[in-house]
Amino acid sequence: MDTALHAPVIARPPPSRTAGPLAWLRANLFGGWKSTLATIVIAVVIARLLPDLYGWGVARSVTQPDNAACRALEHSGACWGVIAEKYRLILFGRYPFAEQWRPLVATLLMVAMLVASCTRVLWSRWLAVAWLAVLAVFFVLMRGGIAGLTPVETARWGGVPLTMLLSTLSIAAAFPIAILVALGRRSHLPAIRTLCVVYVELIRGVPLISVLFMASFMFPLFIPPGISVDVLVRVLVGITLFAAAYLAEVVRGGLQAVPKGQLEAAAAMGLTYWQTQRKIVLPQALRMVVPSIMNSFISTFKDTSLVTIVSLYDLTGSLALALGGDANWRQFYLEGYLFIAAIYWMFCFAMSRYSQWVERHLNVGNKR
Amino acid sequence: MAARKRDWSWRSRATRGLIYQAVAVAVIAAAVWFLAHNTLENMRVRGIQSGFGFFSQPAGFDIGESVFNFDSADPYWKAFLVGLSNTLRAAVVGIVLTTILGTLIGIGRLSRNFLLRGLCTGYVELFRNIPVLLQLLMWYFVLNEWLPPVSDALNPLPGIFLSKSGMSFPVPEWERGHLVTAVGLALGIACAWGYRHWARAAFEKTGIARPMIWPAFAIVIAGTLLGWLAGGAPTALELPVRNDLNVSGGGAVTPEFLAVTLGLTIYTASFVAEIVRSGIQAVPWGQTEAAGALGLSRGKALKLVLLPQALRVIIPPLTNQYLNLTKNSSLAVAVGYPDLVSISNTTLNQTGRAVECIAVIMAVYLTLSLVTAALMNWYNARSAIRER
Repeated sequence: MDTALHAPVIARPPPSRTAGPLAWLRANLFGGWKSTLATIVIAVVIARLLPDLYGWGVARSVTQPDNAACRALEHSGACWGVIAEKYRLILFGRYPFAEQWRPLVATLLMVAMLVASCTRVLWSRWLAVAWLAVLAVFFVLMRGGIAGLTPVETARWGGVPLTMLLSTLSIAAAFPIAILVALGRRSHLPAIRTLCVVYVELIRGVPLISVLFMASFMFPLFIPPGISVDVLVRVLVGITLFAAAYLAEVVRGGLQAVPKGQLEAAAAMGLTYWQTQRKIVLPQALRMVVPSIMNSFISTFKDTSLVTIVSLYDLTGSLALALGGDANWRQFYLEGYLFIAAIYWMFCFAMSRYSQWVERHLNVGNKR
Repeated sequence: MAARKRDWSWRSRATRGLIYQAVAVAVIAAAVWFLAHNTLENMRVRGIQSGFGFFSQPAGFDIGESVFNFDSADPYWKAFLVGLSNTLRAAVVGIVLTTILGTLIGIGRLSRNFLLRGLCTGYVELFRNIPVLLQLLMWYFVLNEWLPPVSDALNPLPGIFLSKSGMSFPVPEWERGHLVTAVGLALGIACAWGYRHWARAAFEKTGIARPMIWPAFAIVIAGTLLGWLAGGAPTALELPVRNDLNVSGGGAVTPEFLAVTLGLTIYTASFVAEIVRSGIQAVPWGQTEAAGALGLSRGKALKLVLLPQALRVIIPPLTNQYLNLTKNSSLAVAVGYPDLVSISNTTLNQTGRAVECIAVIMAVYLTLSLVTAALMNWYNARSAIRER
C-alpha cells in the first residue's frame, strides 16, 4: 500500500487578494477609484504640510527663553521660549512666586486623588473620606494662615490649581443636585415637578456667561447688606447650578430607561420611595448613562475657562495675565495658547478614554 | 361605591404629597422673597435706579460693525438690537457652515479609506477636547497677528482680500433686475415643491419612482435663471479695491466676526460629526443588507433606507448643538465682537443697571432656545415613525 495516500495535504495560504498587507492596502487605501483619489489627495496634502509644520514647530523653533532670538524668527519658527520664560505665571497665576510649591503640591495631590478615584480596586467608602481629607489639605495649602504658611487670599489663586478646584468642586456639588432634580422632574407631585422643569429649562436656555455675569454683578445685590461673599465662591455656585441642570437631564434619561417592572417589583417588596430610588432605580439608571455623565464632566471642565471673562485667573486667564501685559512676549501668544490647549486636551482626552473603559467594564453584566 | 373620604393622616400618600409640595413651594417662595427684598434694599441703599427707562437714553458708544446704521447718539434699545442682529448673524452663518463641515467629517469617519477615516477621527478628537473660548481667542490672535496689515492685504482669489482688518469680498450691485431674480427664485421654489408633491402622489398611486431631488434643484435654478434673464441679466459686481492705505468697496466682515464664526464652526462641527456618525451607525446593519438584497445600489440604499432612519436619531441632538452654538456665540465678548452679551456688558458698565442688562440677555437667549426647541419638536413629530 502507498502510505503517501494518507499524508495530510498542507493547507494553501489564503489568496493574496484577501489577506496580508497587499489586501489591507487594497481594502483601506485603494478600494475603487474614489478611495484611490482620496488617498492620493490626502497623501499629497500631508506631504506638503508636514515639512512646514515640522519646520515651524521643531526644526526652526527656539526653545530658550531668548527674546531677541524669538523676535528674529519673525514667526518662521515657533518660539517655545515664551513658555520657558513664563511657565510659572501661566501655571500658577498671581500666586506669590516664593510660595508656588504650595499650589504645585496641592495640584499633584488632586491629580493623584483623581487617578485613585478612577482605579477600580480603590472604589470604597474610604475614597470619600480620602477626598474630604485631600480637599482640606488642598485648601490649607492654597490658603495658608495655619501651620506657619503665609496666608494667600483667594484673589491671588490662579492657573492650573484654580481650574482643577473649580471643575472638581462644581462637578462634585452638581451631581447630588442633579439627581434630586432629575427625580423631582419625574415625581408625581405637580408642584415639585414644575419647579424642577422650570429650573432645568431656565438654566439650559441661557448661556453660561450670563450665569457668571449674574454671579459676579448681581449676586452682591441678592445678599443682605453688609455681608460679602468671595468672588470665587460666587462663581463656583454659578458653575455648579449650570452644570447641575445639564447633568439632571442626563440622569433623567437614565431614569426613563429603567423598566417599570423594577419599580413595581420594589413596591411589591415593600420598599419605600427613597429605598427604591437608592437601591433599585439609581444604580441601574446611572450605569446606563455613564458615557453621558462623563461628557457632562468634560463639558464642565472646559466651561471653567469662561471664568476668565469675569476676571478670575484660571489657566486661560493666567495666560492672558502672563503675556497680555508684556510687550516683549505678547506676539508669541499662539505658542502660549497651544501650550494650555495641550493641557486642557490631555485632561479631556484622558476623561473620554476613561469613560470608554468604564462603559466596557460596567456593562459586563448586561452583555449576553 | 361610596366616595372615599379624604384621609388627612400622615399615612396617606396623597396627604404627604400635598404637605411636601406645600413645603417646597413655601421654601422657594421665601427664598425668592428674601432675594428680591435684599435686592430692593441694596438698590435703595446704593442709590441704584431700576426700570427700563434708560433704554431711550442715548447710548454714547459706537459699535464696530452693524447690519444697520448706528451711531453713539442712538438710544440703548437700538444698541441692543444691533447686538441681537450680530448674535443672529454669527449664529446663522455658524450653523450653516457647521452643518456642512460636521456632516462631511461624520461621514468621513465611516469611510473605507484609512487616511480619510484617520484624518476625520483626528479632527474630532483634537477640536472637541479644547475649550471653545480658547479656540476663539486662538483664531482671533492668528487672524490679528499673522495676517498682513490692510495696506498689503492678501489676495488669495480675485476679488477677495484678507488682512488684519478682516475680509473683503465682491457683492452684486443693487439693481431693479435683482428683484425679478428673487421673484424667479420664489416661483422656482414653489414649482419645485409642486413637482415633488406631484411626484410623490404619482409614486403612491402608480409605484413609479421619479427622481425627486435633482429635478427639484433644476427647477429652482431654472426659475432663478429665468428671473435673472427677465430682469435684464444684471451682472455688475461691486468689487473691493486695494488702495495704498486700505481696501474699500464690496462687502466686508471684521476679523472679530471671522474669529467667532471660524471658532464656533470648527468646535461645533466636531460634535456634529459625532452625532452624524452615531446616527448612521444606529441604523441596524440588517437594513443595509436588506437594501442590498433588494438590489438597491449603495447610493440608493443610503438615500432611501439609511438616511431617513438615521435622521430620526440625528435631529434631536443636532438641535441641541445648534442651540449650543447660538449660546456659545455669547463668548464673542472675549474677542470684542459686538454681540448681544458684549453690548449688554458695555451698557452694564456705563449705567450700572446689572439686573436689567442681565435680564435682557437671559430673556433673549431663553426665547431663542424655546422657539428653536418648539420648531424642532414640530419637525421631530412630523418625521417620527408612523406606526400602524
